[in-house]
Amino acid sequence: MIDFSYTIWILLIPLIVFVVTGLTGNRFKPIVTGIIGTTGLGVVFLLSVFTAYKYFFVLDKVDGAFQRLLALNFTWLHLTDKLHIDIGVLLDPISVMMLIVISTVSFMVHIYSLGYMKGEKGFARFFSILSLFSFSMLGLVIATNIFQMYIFWELVGVSSFLLIGFYYERDSAVAASKKAFIVTRFADLGFLIGILVLSYTTGTFDFITLTGPNSPAFTSGQGIMFLGMSTMTWSMLFIFMGGAGKSAMFPLHIWLPDAMEGPTPVSALIHAATMVVAGVYLVARMFPIFHHQESALEIVAWVGGFTSLFAAVIACTQYDIKRVLAYSTMSQIGMMMLALGVSGYGGEDGLGYMASMFHLFTHAFFKALLFLGAGAIIHAVHSNYMNEMGGLRKYLPITHATFLIACLAIAGIPPFAGFFSKDEILVAVFHHNKILFAMAYLVAGMTAFYMFRLYFNVFWGKDQHYHHTPHEAPATMTIPLIILAIGSTFAGFIPFTKLVTSDSQPFETNTEWGIAIPAVFIALVGIGIATMLYMKKSETSKKISIALGGFYIAAFNKFYIDQVYLFITKKILFNLVSRPIAWFDRHIVDGAMNQIAFVTNVASDKIKGFQSGQLQQYALAFVSGVIGLALLFTYLWTN
Amino acid sequence: MFEGVPIHWFLVLSTTMFFIGIYGFLVRKNLITMLMSIELILNSVCINFLAFNKILFPEHLEGMFFTLFIIAVAAAEASVAIAIIINIYRRLVNIDVEKMNEMKY
Repeated sequence: MIDFSYTIWILLIPLIVFVVTGLTGNRFKPIVTGIIGTTGLGVVFLLSVFTAYKYFFVLDKVDGAFQRLLALNFTWLHLTDKLHIDIGVLLDPISVMMLIVISTVSFMVHIYSLGYMKGEKGFARFFSILSLFSFSMLGLVIATNIFQMYIFWELVGVSSFLLIGFYYERDSAVAASKKAFIVTRFADLGFLIGILVLSYTTGTFDFITLTGPNSPAFTSGQGIMFLGMSTMTWSMLFIFMGGAGKSAMFPLHIWLPDAMEGPTPVSALIHAATMVVAGVYLVARMFPIFHHQESALEIVAWVGGFTSLFAAVIACTQYDIKRVLAYSTMSQIGMMMLALGVSGYGGEDGLGYMASMFHLFTHAFFKALLFLGAGAIIHAVHSNYMNEMGGLRKYLPITHATFLIACLAIAGIPPFAGFFSKDEILVAVFHHNKILFAMAYLVAGMTAFYMFRLYFNVFWGKDQHYHHTPHEAPATMTIPLIILAIGSTFAGFIPFTKLVTSDSQPFETNTEWGIAIPAVFIALVGIGIATMLYMKKSETSKKISIALGGFYIAAFNKFYIDQVYLFITKKILFNLVSRPIAWFDRHIVDGAMNQIAFVTNVASDKIKGFQSGQLQQYALAFVSGVIGLALLFTYLWTN
Repeated sequence: MFEGVPIHWFLVLSTTMFFIGIYGFLVRKNLITMLMSIELILNSVCINFLAFNKILFPEHLEGMFFTLFIIAVAAAEASVAIAIIINIYRRLVNIDVEKMNEMKY
């Protein structure tokens, strides 16, 4: 038995760094704060790698499966003997994998930010919030129970709010951060209801009990039906709602594109690799229960599949490079959800589960790389819009090479990482549902198309008139790009079937070439179309967009989902609910209080004349009172 | 000394003094006169104490002691009051009670 209790330091170091840098941020030079934060995350990264090595390769397996270890657990809030909230560290394949993902990406982003954020106002604040975010995200993945997960889930929400609104002087950033917070908070309401229903029916918060082989969630809560679904299904759906909010699934996705207002490293950290996959992680964490509630799992699959396609269509029409990447993230996360939704449990049936985690892992590398690359581009040309760019490959050779690797990886071209994970997803979906498979297949093609549309627009074509000659980013920014590019190239060769599976039991799988070859083919077709249209600036793409007419305009306007939300909130909620409540508050509640104050005021105004300052008047009143009382008592006594 | 004097004589005396004091306190505008009226009131009370003590409980001395206390307190009170009056006079060059109406609402 290996002692894993040191893993608590993975959590404590970012917290300590946050507190220290948060409190002393203004006393040091900004760079000192940056170095403290980066060093802290570096230590966390090393600890995570060490833990993963010991967990996967040194720790003994039980019955051929990886153990689920409680490295540390203590009761934090003891309410009753049955109801208590624990805090601890749970190690199982997915949490260890997530530790690697989060600490790697976060570490890279820290290094990158040293260069990217240099000279920004609030440099120290940025680094301390980054530490807070890393702390909350790490706490989320190693949660031993659903309540601990919820606490860190909310912390993630808060720190992402702070990071998206980092440029708080800018109105759009403030609006975006509020939007992100409110939308995810609304989804978290569902999550909380789900937690309450689940724990009420099962009597426990603990993940090991809940997802173990004899889970109370499999037996209880089945009998009571509501709208044709059992209590347990409803609780799973509510929990999925929380996950969908964080993972930007349709229709709760509206915050993610706007969240690109934050600094680019934040987009890379939060909106590529960590926070947005929290929803996928949540579903994976609860997977055995989801698996028992087939209708809930079916909904997960369809929401994932639809979001994937929907976001891919929008991504093809956007011009802001960060927004293209944001929609691409939504699309890829939709794929992960889809893979989870079609997965079975145990052994080879759990292929979808494995594929989802695999894609999460590889996606973290190439999407972080894409965002950081986009940051380097924006850094060079001071614009977010791809039609203001072109011919940048001469000026940014390292960014160009790494960006190309990431594009190939996300498009699913072998031997880059995305190919392997996407192939597993397609295989899993193919065996489950042919319609969803067609959707996923289409998404694979569109992914290749919009990524290479972005690539060619930025790096090829004619030079634009730049204010000054674009230059390559400093080493602090290019080194993370290179490291992540190496990850995006080789992460696909990690044997995930041996490491992260639905029941922790390794299994064998072979690449199904019957599906892999067409997938590569459609990706090549996507790249081919993008090459034709965008390698040289031509009018063909404009003609096509005009030919598509209304559909193109709708996609360009993100299918008017934002407008629908605005209509629902402004016109319906505000007018029908908020205004009557506001009126009631202003007129009835406040009115009653104002009336009481008014009456008191008038009464005191009337009687204040009694206090005339004339001593003898007081004395007269006093004496008359005494005489009056004396007469009264005499009268009472004598009768 | 007062053997055989009926009690209502004392009571009539003290009541008369009491109300003279009250009257003086209420109608005189001069602070010193008002202070003297208060002394009258206190003394009328003292007479009551002594009379009842002498006639009702001749073997006890509480009434006498109470009277001594009242005299002591009245002396202290008079000195404080006169000090206040002097201060008021320094400030307003007047000791008319009706002029002292600054401490109102």
